[in-house]
Amino acid sequence: MSTELNLTLQVWRQPGPDAPGSFVTYEAKGIPDDSSFLEMLDIVNENLIERDVEPIEFPHDCREGICGTCGVMINGRAHGQEKATATCQLHMRKFNDGDTIVIEPWRAAAFPVIKDLIVDRSPMDKIIASGGYIYAPTGTAGEANETLVPKEAAESAMDAAACIGCGACIAACPNSAGQLFTSAKLWHLNSLPQGQPERFQRVESMVHTMEQFFGACTNHGECAEACPKEISLDFIAYMNADYMKSKIKNRAKSAQI
Amino acid sequence: MLSPTTTPQNSGEKPMREKPRDLPFPLNIYQSAIGKKWVMAVSGLMLVGFVFAHMIGNLKIYLGQVEHNGVLDYDTDHYAETLRNLLVPIFPEGVVLWGMRLGLLAALLLHIHSAYTLSMLSRKSDNAYAGKRDFLAANWASRSMRLTGPIVALYIVIHLADLTLGFGIATGEFEHGQVYENVVHSLGRPIVAIGYIIANIAVAVHIYHGMWSAFQSLGINNPAYNTLRRTAAQVISGLILIGNVSFPIAVLTDIVSI
Repeated sequence: MSTELNLTLQVWRQPGPDAPGSFVTYEAKGIPDDSSFLEMLDIVNENLIERDVEPIEFPHDCREGICGTCGVMINGRAHGQEKATATCQLHMRKFNDGDTIVIEPWRAAAFPVIKDLIVDRSPMDKIIASGGYIYAPTGTAGEANETLVPKEAAESAMDAAACIGCGACIAACPNSAGQLFTSAKLWHLNSLPQGQPERFQRVESMVHTMEQFFGACTNHGECAEACPKEISLDFIAYMNADYMKSKIKNRAKSAQI
Repeated sequence: MLSPTTTPQNSGEKPMREKPRDLPFPLNIYQSAIGKKWVMAVSGLMLVGFVFAHMIGNLKIYLGQVEHNGVLDYDTDHYAETLRNLLVPIFPEGVVLWGMRLGLLAALLLHIHSAYTLSMLSRKSDNAYAGKRDFLAANWASRSMRLTGPIVALYIVIHLADLTLGFGIATGEFEHGQVYENVVHSLGRPIVAIGYIIANIAVAVHIYHGMWSAFQSLGINNPAYNTLRRTAAQVISGLILIGNVSFPIAVLTDIVSI
């Protein structure tokens, strides 16, 4: 038998990208403590619809912590206070009866608000797209173990590939820097044999795309704390090392321009 | 459903800034933020090396007067004289010292320029939260870098006027080459001594984050010794803090006097 919570929400409401936004206070009564944060917002929205109020738009999709669609600032922390937890996996039992919860969308100049809690995160897609392809032989399928992957490389790549691209790192960063996201996306290819042919081309183009949208890293470490997948700061160092290597390896190309 | 009016005007489709035209290698390194962080880290490590060596050299003040070639002399003055005569007679007097000074000046200017441009980049990229932020990892040192940095820059100017060039804030008794006496006269003024203490706390706090950050920026990362990076920053900044703050305190308490 679950207990019920009565909460006060301060939700960022903004009708559109160019409209001014502000916090609006809502009472959320009778929230079962077994519900997730997003289910709590569903319940609040049901009540708003009954009262003919425009429901709160919030980002969500799989609701099982793997798609990276959800994500809001909850009481000043990306994805709320629980470590390694996406907003959808944050449960209301982590809150106390009578709590006030402040809910705000991700903030970054490159993340314009579309409506209420939903922001446009397409700059992250731009970074991925600029990474290009990997060289993969087509035709007859090769032997399963033709390309040997050292265990350490496989694990490191897997740790980086855990990134779900939610944008919490950028939202949590005081500089709005995209370093953790970009470095994770780089490292899951750069650490593997299959990613080697385009490695340094990829580093340069993804970093340059990142810098067209986001700020400069000052190594606070907020990103790794906010990350629901616990992506490590180490990847940022690997990216920094790879970036300088790419500048040296690609130096002939830059001299021609 | 989103209504059609919500099509963003400033959508994420368009870059906020265009990539600049590539300069030839290696100048193109400095065109990117990550490259600037490399420059900031390398120049910062040069400056930390200087600050550390300067602090070690200044410890000679505690030796007081020492006999050199049968002449009783302040050891600090003798040390300063040695610095001017580094690698003499291979180089004329002062050349090596000036070479190091120009190297440090170049490092300082690059450090300040990269810090300024990256701060501006971050400022443009940031959208402040309307609600209260709750920081978890960012510590006092990392968040005050843009405050301690200008304090240190101002302190360098004042310190050079006070004890190297001898104008402005310098005492009336300033005499070039009389290092020990100049230090005792200058730090004998309580206001100046307190200023030096505050400035040196800022130096140490700046180095505490800067050292660790430099390892990250330079890509010096190996899980086997990553915890040592924080330790190195703590030890270096701690030694610099203790050493540098001890000088004004020693003069104020007459442990070091003429």
